Amino acid sequence: MKRILSLKEVQADDRQRVGGKGYALWRLADGGFDIPDTVCIPSDVYREFVDRTGLRERIFMELHRKDFKEMRWEEIWDCATRIRNMFLTQRLPENLYQELGQTLQDRFQTRSVAVRSSAPDEDDARSSFAGLHESFVNLSGAADIIKHIRMVWASLWSDAALLYRQEIGLDVEKSAMAVVVQETIAGDCSGVAFTRDPNNPRQAVIESVHGLNQGLVDGEIEPDRWMIDRDSGRIASHTQPKRQHWFIPSHGGVDRAVLPPEKAGTPPLGEEAVKTVWATALKAEKYFRAPQDVEWTYFKQRLALLQSRPITTLGTGDTNDRRGWYLSLHRSFDNLKDLRRKIEQELIPAMIETADNLAQKDLSRLSAENLAREIEHRWEINNKWVNVYWSDFIPYAHGVRLFGQVYNDAVQPEDPYEFIDLLADTNMASLARNNMLLDLADAVRKDPALRHALEGGDATDIDSDFMARVEMFIEKFGDLSCPVTGGRECVLGTAPLLRLLLELVDHPPSGNIGKVDRVKQLKETYLNSFAGDQQKRAREMLDLAKSSYRLRDDDNIYLGRIEAQLLAAIQEAKKRLKDRSSAVLQTVLTTVAFEESGAKSASAPEPHGDVLKARQLTGQPSGPGIARGKARIIRQHNDLVDFKSGEILVCDAVDPNMTFVVPLAAAVVERRGGMLIHGAIIAREYGLPCITGVPGATTLIKTGDDITVDGYLGIITLAEIKGSPTQQEDSNE
Amino acid sequence: METKEQFHERLVELFNSQKLAALSTQKGGQPYASLVAFYAADDARHLYFITSKTTRKFANLSADSRVAVLINNSTNTDSDFHEAISVTAVGKADEITGPDKESVLSQYLAKHPYLNDFARAKTCALVGVRVESYFMVRNFQIVTELHIKT
Repeated sequence: MKRILSLKEVQADDRQRVGGKGYALWRLADGGFDIPDTVCIPSDVYREFVDRTGLRERIFMELHRKDFKEMRWEEIWDCATRIRNMFLTQRLPENLYQELGQTLQDRFQTRSVAVRSSAPDEDDARSSFAGLHESFVNLSGAADIIKHIRMVWASLWSDAALLYRQEIGLDVEKSAMAVVVQETIAGDCSGVAFTRDPNNPRQAVIESVHGLNQGLVDGEIEPDRWMIDRDSGRIASHTQPKRQHWFIPSHGGVDRAVLPPEKAGTPPLGEEAVKTVWATALKAEKYFRAPQDVEWTYFKQRLALLQSRPITTLGTGDTNDRRGWYLSLHRSFDNLKDLRRKIEQELIPAMIETADNLAQKDLSRLSAENLAREIEHRWEINNKWVNVYWSDFIPYAHGVRLFGQVYNDAVQPEDPYEFIDLLADTNMASLARNNMLLDLADAVRKDPALRHALEGGDATDIDSDFMARVEMFIEKFGDLSCPVTGGRECVLGTAPLLRLLLELVDHPPSGNIGKVDRVKQLKETYLNSFAGDQQKRAREMLDLAKSSYRLRDDDNIYLGRIEAQLLAAIQEAKKRLKDRSSAVLQTVLTTVAFEESGAKSASAPEPHGDVLKARQLTGQPSGPGIARGKARIIRQHNDLVDFKSGEILVCDAVDPNMTFVVPLAAAVVERRGGMLIHGAIIAREYGLPCITGVPGATTLIKTGDDITVDGYLGIITLAEIKGSPTQQEDSNE
Repeated sequence: METKEQFHERLVELFNSQKLAALSTQKGGQPYASLVAFYAADDARHLYFITSKTTRKFANLSADSRVAVLINNSTNTDSDFHEAISVTAVGKADEITGPDKESVLSQYLAKHPYLNDFARAKTCALVGVRVESYFMVRNFQIVTELHIKT
């Protein structure tokens, strides 16, 4: 079996072997179209690689860690990240590497090439994988080409590709990937042609940009657009965008650059060239006997076709196709930079200002009618910011993911989440809060009289300077009794903050020694993986990722402060209703329906007859380490008050408003999945074992259960029930 | 986690799909494993196998009735690591000699008809394991246990 096929060697029945793109290119070459020098690496080679290296089963073990349907999108992304890293770190078997390397070297010498995905089920009329798998351009040298072949293979398992396959019912376990290696033509201009406009069957569409096609295909650069009358071939209209950027080849890749002024003022194609593109695309349509989506590039006077595929959206009525949505979960670097500006310069300052303004209002002086109006007003404000949270803050979290991919591609670390450590020297608001708490605890530890006063619980005995510091803390972060940051007095009759302080006095958390050096070292390794201009971009990417990482935590804190103001107004109304009834306040409280306690009932049915119980639960290993201790299930915020040092925090989802107990915990277990969720981030900050994405964590584990958390493997082991017939057998499955 | 009904369904499906089980007995603290052809009643509370009375396993279980039985559907391929299910039953084994023997044996032989001559020999014992607990491992590391009320 040949492992690299030139187009001449492809046979008519090779469609499954060379994939949709490779097959279409073979047909184009066979039909006399001008295409760049191309070879195909058939899907058999992918299969050989995953079978000989054991990668196939490693992938399936990763995918079967949990029922796919139970996974949140973030968990699927994590899964895809781990699989991608397997491909990045797994070397090809030596003879396979030698054969591919030698053939590619002989064929392309020093010429630069594009390495493109060509999945066997790709690009047929039924399903379109356009954009789901990866392609890379401007690569040279056998080693670099082979590295990118592995990356194209890995993209078979990208989150978007996994979701899409699942949705259209393709068996992911049978999928394979062929690869096309194609000489790069550094076109003066490039574009796409749709021989039939999906919205108007009598017209065709030609789109073009200066330079390479990347910006157009990714939607980052708005193209010039010509509508062609199919019958006459005449140009019906030409829409010109504001031309600002183009993509040009740069060191081992492509770069988005500012267009030189002479190009910014000129359309990429002249009228004659538009007609030539149209004539060639129409020829392809006739040849393939179906409307085509043709990708092309112009270099001097040469018009080359890069690929051609049937248009998938014609008449299939696939308005339910969610591929676009899956792809939209990924944001480009430039898009994220814009989002950062908006968040840091507009949204966050506005949130702080809003919370401060609300805090200045003296609620106790308002009449019942005005208080009701104030509650409604605060309710609307809060809703507005919750919407902003979903529309801007959540997408911005992709900055961390994008960085993770860039880091893993460049450094190829054994641990695909090493990059998080590099982000960890970021000052998050929740850590600032925790550090202030630790300082207070430190003061108590050094002053036995103060400690005695705190234990006595009589506030009048407590040193006034210390109380002033406590007041300052409460002013800034609230008294920790509320499910929202900045809220106060949610738990009547208790002083959770002081209790927590006493707990911290006896159990100071151990610091992360050597962390600073490690971060410095990781940063050097990362930056040294890039040369020249690429290093500048890598530095910018790291900066953006840090901001994104910080916001992942801080946004909840800022949102919490606004929620706290709503809560304060609600509490004022409730307080008044205790003394006397008020229809207007009663009504407003039922309309806003604000969940004060965040309580969720989660009672497991009482066992009767045979007893079924979990012995080992699995999730994602999100923080390395191992810990054993009593579980403390947190179902509602009030449960935190009873948290004792050395217990294992088990909850549905850690949110930043409850992370103040994390320094006391021995480990963290969370039902919600993902490596970049708050629980995982904060556990990593304190060096605690952490497992996330554990189905049924808060119902299968009970407060007081002895559990072992293996943060290396993502396994939680529940100790035996007392009195069980197997109690004496200390089994280790 | 699955419900008791789902757990039971998985057990029955596994038991119906497999003919052989690994039996663990012990003598003087030394464990001993052997392969047996098993049959499980539909309620999954008992497992049965036959053995010559001269075997080491029979001697062991006669001296100490505590046994473990492992049944799994692995296929000796890589995919076992994500697909295979393995069940360990822990319980007490006793030879069945009473009036129930014939009906149990006929059900056993319906599953293993080729063992008819072996089963009918005078030196062959029908052994029943009263299961106290099941430990099921699936998806490589997910472990659930069922303790049977006696």
